[in-house]
Amino acid sequence: MSFAQAIGDWHALAVLFVAGVVPNQIWRMLGLWFGGGIDEGSELLVWVRAVATAILAGVIAQIVVEPPGALASVPDVLRYGAVAAGLVAFLLARRSIFAGVVTGEVFMLAGKWWLG
Amino acid sequence: MRARFRNPAKAPVALPPLDSPQWNSRWLAFGWGLRSITQTILTIVLFVTYLGIGALAHDTHFSLAWALASTLFVWAGPAQIILITTLGSGATIIQSAIAVTVSAIRLFPMVVSVLPLMRTQATRRRELIFAAHLTAVTLWVECHRFLPLVPRERRIAFVHGLGCGLVSVCLVANTVGYFLAANLTQTLGAAILLLTPLSFLFSTARNSREVADVVALVLGILLYPLAAKMNSGVDILVSGVVAGTIAYGVHWWRQVRA
Repeated sequence: MSFAQAIGDWHALAVLFVAGVVPNQIWRMLGLWFGGGIDEGSELLVWVRAVATAILAGVIAQIVVEPPGALASVPDVLRYGAVAAGLVAFLLARRSIFAGVVTGEVFMLAGKWWLG
Repeated sequence: MRARFRNPAKAPVALPPLDSPQWNSRWLAFGWGLRSITQTILTIVLFVTYLGIGALAHDTHFSLAWALASTLFVWAGPAQIILITTLGSGATIIQSAIAVTVSAIRLFPMVVSVLPLMRTQATRRRELIFAAHLTAVTLWVECHRFLPLVPRERRIAFVHGLGCGLVSVCLVANTVGYFLAANLTQTLGAAILLLTPLSFLFSTARNSREVADVVALVLGILLYPLAAKMNSGVDILVSGVVAGTIAYGVHWWRQVRA
């Protein structure tokens, strides 16, 4: 039984607001209200940005390491290989997001096809 | 070397000159903002990312309405992915809310730095609320590129147009991704789900301007599997705070040494 099925649609929307919308919007509204006096390069914001980046990195790792749904049908080695191949292409193509994404996808699909 | 880290697009922007009658009405300015989504590669990156979010929502058993509502009201890709993956893997509402709010702190400096570009002497705070809501990394990057070419008194309308255009693209992408995940073969469904980590990894890597950002990204990826072994329910927060703090330490040490 999934999360959304378990608690029904209106509850899922309530969860969206409590766990997603409010914790996210609060920072935009604080920026709107107290925007004037904060130095964009301050040390606190450097730390905050580093933690935020690392959390996003953790989520990227989570999707690849503990894949949801259909992605779980792809063997570990192909998922990690796809990210590694994409990264190499991204760096070789002077930080092209497009090159990285396409190479990763092609690697995964070719590997699936080759493994049968 | 540094320049490559910074601005994704330096192509000339097709907007009317500042003194053109095209800027005489708010609606025309909104229209120019709307049309500007065709002037940036980031629209495609956003489309691909939200295609992935739609597929992810499907495979973690959320409804399409829920996914669309999250795009409309949250409007921040990382926060949406964190929300979907944490709730989908059984975290509590509080744990998800904490992870989301930490990821959203970066919106604060973005809003702080972008709103002054639109403000005039006569602007009231409430006129900026919608522009603040639309602010996320893509809009923030594009505002710095487009707004100098827009007359100051039309900038809010322009940003509303640009933001609404980007949101619409993402709503379409969510819907397409959701249905693709529902109807495609397992392999192609997996390919769509893989779009999310790939596009986030490379767009974050591209936006990493300082050494601290790169260290945070690399360590954040490497530490997550270790943190996940503890099974604390807040694995993402543990690996994020540890990796981010080490990255900050590297930044601090480089500054002291310099």
